[in-house]
Amino acid sequence: MLGPSGCGKTTLLNLIAGLATPTRGRIAFEGALADPRQPFTAVVFQEFALFPWRTVTGNVAFGLEMLRLPARAAQERARECIRLVGLEGFETKYPHQLSGGMKQRVSMARALAVDPIMLLMDEPLSALDAQTRTLLQGELVKLWAATNKSFFHVTHNIEEAVFLAHRIVVLSRRPGRIREIVTVDIPHPRDEHVRALPRFGETVDHCWSLIRDEARAALLEPESAGPSVIAEPGLPAGRL
Amino acid sequence: MDEPLHPVPDRSRLLRLRQHPWLSVAGMAALVLTWEAASRAGLMPRLFLPAPSACAVRAWELIANGQLAEHLVASLRRILAGYALGSVTGIAVGIGTGFFSRFRALGLPVIAATYPIPKIAILPLLILWLGIGEPPKIAVIAIGVFFPLAINTHAGIVACDPTLLRAGVSFGASRWDLVRKVLLPAALPMIFAGLRLGAGISLLLVVSAELIAADSGLGFLILNAADLLQTEDLMVGLATLSLLGIAFNAGLSWLERRIVRWR
Repeated sequence: MLGPSGCGKTTLLNLIAGLATPTRGRIAFEGALADPRQPFTAVVFQEFALFPWRTVTGNVAFGLEMLRLPARAAQERARECIRLVGLEGFETKYPHQLSGGMKQRVSMARALAVDPIMLLMDEPLSALDAQTRTLLQGELVKLWAATNKSFFHVTHNIEEAVFLAHRIVVLSRRPGRIREIVTVDIPHPRDEHVRALPRFGETVDHCWSLIRDEARAALLEPESAGPSVIAEPGLPAGRL
Repeated sequence: MDEPLHPVPDRSRLLRLRQHPWLSVAGMAALVLTWEAASRAGLMPRLFLPAPSACAVRAWELIANGQLAEHLVASLRRILAGYALGSVTGIAVGIGTGFFSRFRALGLPVIAATYPIPKIAILPLLILWLGIGEPPKIAVIAIGVFFPLAINTHAGIVACDPTLLRAGVSFGASRWDLVRKVLLPAALPMIFAGLRLGAGISLLLVVSAELIAADSGLGFLILNAADLLQTEDLMVGLATLSLLGIAFNAGLSWLERRIVRWR
């Protein structure tokens, strides 16, 4: 899901996660459920949203506790997912002892642990420095291949979208509508080298041409300076 | 390169915080020594300001004959009972007003209306209700400790990072899960700040209550000593209160380090 600031990318993700109420219509997953307790979604947040008082294992096990998994099974499953994101040896560390890239891996492990039908990635790499970001893009591709899950990835970074996605839904702002669905014609599994392909650059250019004018318009509107200002009729805000 | 060099001024001195541990020790020593010297030289009437050495001797006597321990235990009992009662109810109410909208609507006005009352002013009413024994003293301490804990717990919960709440909710947490596993741990640093404030208030109130109506406790020791012009005894009482406050804080710091390990 690609779009300029303020187009409603994150709002849409919140709707799918059940963290916001749709003003109209409804959101549903289609098909028979193998396990009625399997969560539809799990979210990886831009700000990591790790519980600072829990260790890496404790954070990864959080969702499993909410599923009322027995403590032992939860620990085991958590360890499995920690291995999957390459954080072995950091199980007993607290978030403040980890780098940004590692924190986001913990967050990914936490989301994977509950085995959701779809993973919702809310600009998961935006808070990271450029180099860490590039590395984690590569790891996301591997993680996707290893888990074979649907990833719903929100970003405003065009290269990231082209590198990761099969299909890029480009949104427009005011109103937030689908501008175009771009199919990325680069075979998977992808690695670093695809960035050098002519196809890659062409797709990036095409996506940029779709959002350039609106991104420029957004620049001139101080109140929509960043994605964080998207109005979310959020549950916590209402309650606190 | 014959151009003149212009050194960059080093302005970092203003940004550094230097430590002077010896100055602290020397300052304390100088204070006590000056006091001792002034007292011995007769600059102060000993009846009003006895020398530190005389106070130390008297302290030793009061420790040896068990009087100090007796008063200390009497005060500590009241403090601990009132502190436990006040902090538990304060935290519970703070969680209520912090997270549950109806509880907040009901609780906040009551807290706002009663908080400004100096707690010692409630003591006569409490004596009227509860008699002149231990209950009103414990109650006044509990009330005094209740407010900083209710207010700090409330503030800690309200200040909880909303993203953490969203994360909790997104994994299907129930209301009770959120309280136990997200809000309460998030509020812990604020709760500890409240516990510290409460500790100071509990000392203040135990002494006040004992000054008004008691035949035991550090407040009674101090008042009685003043009535009998036993200024050394009075000083020993004050010093004990100082040590008690320091011990209280040290204990809380220790507890906080053990519980809030993630910082």
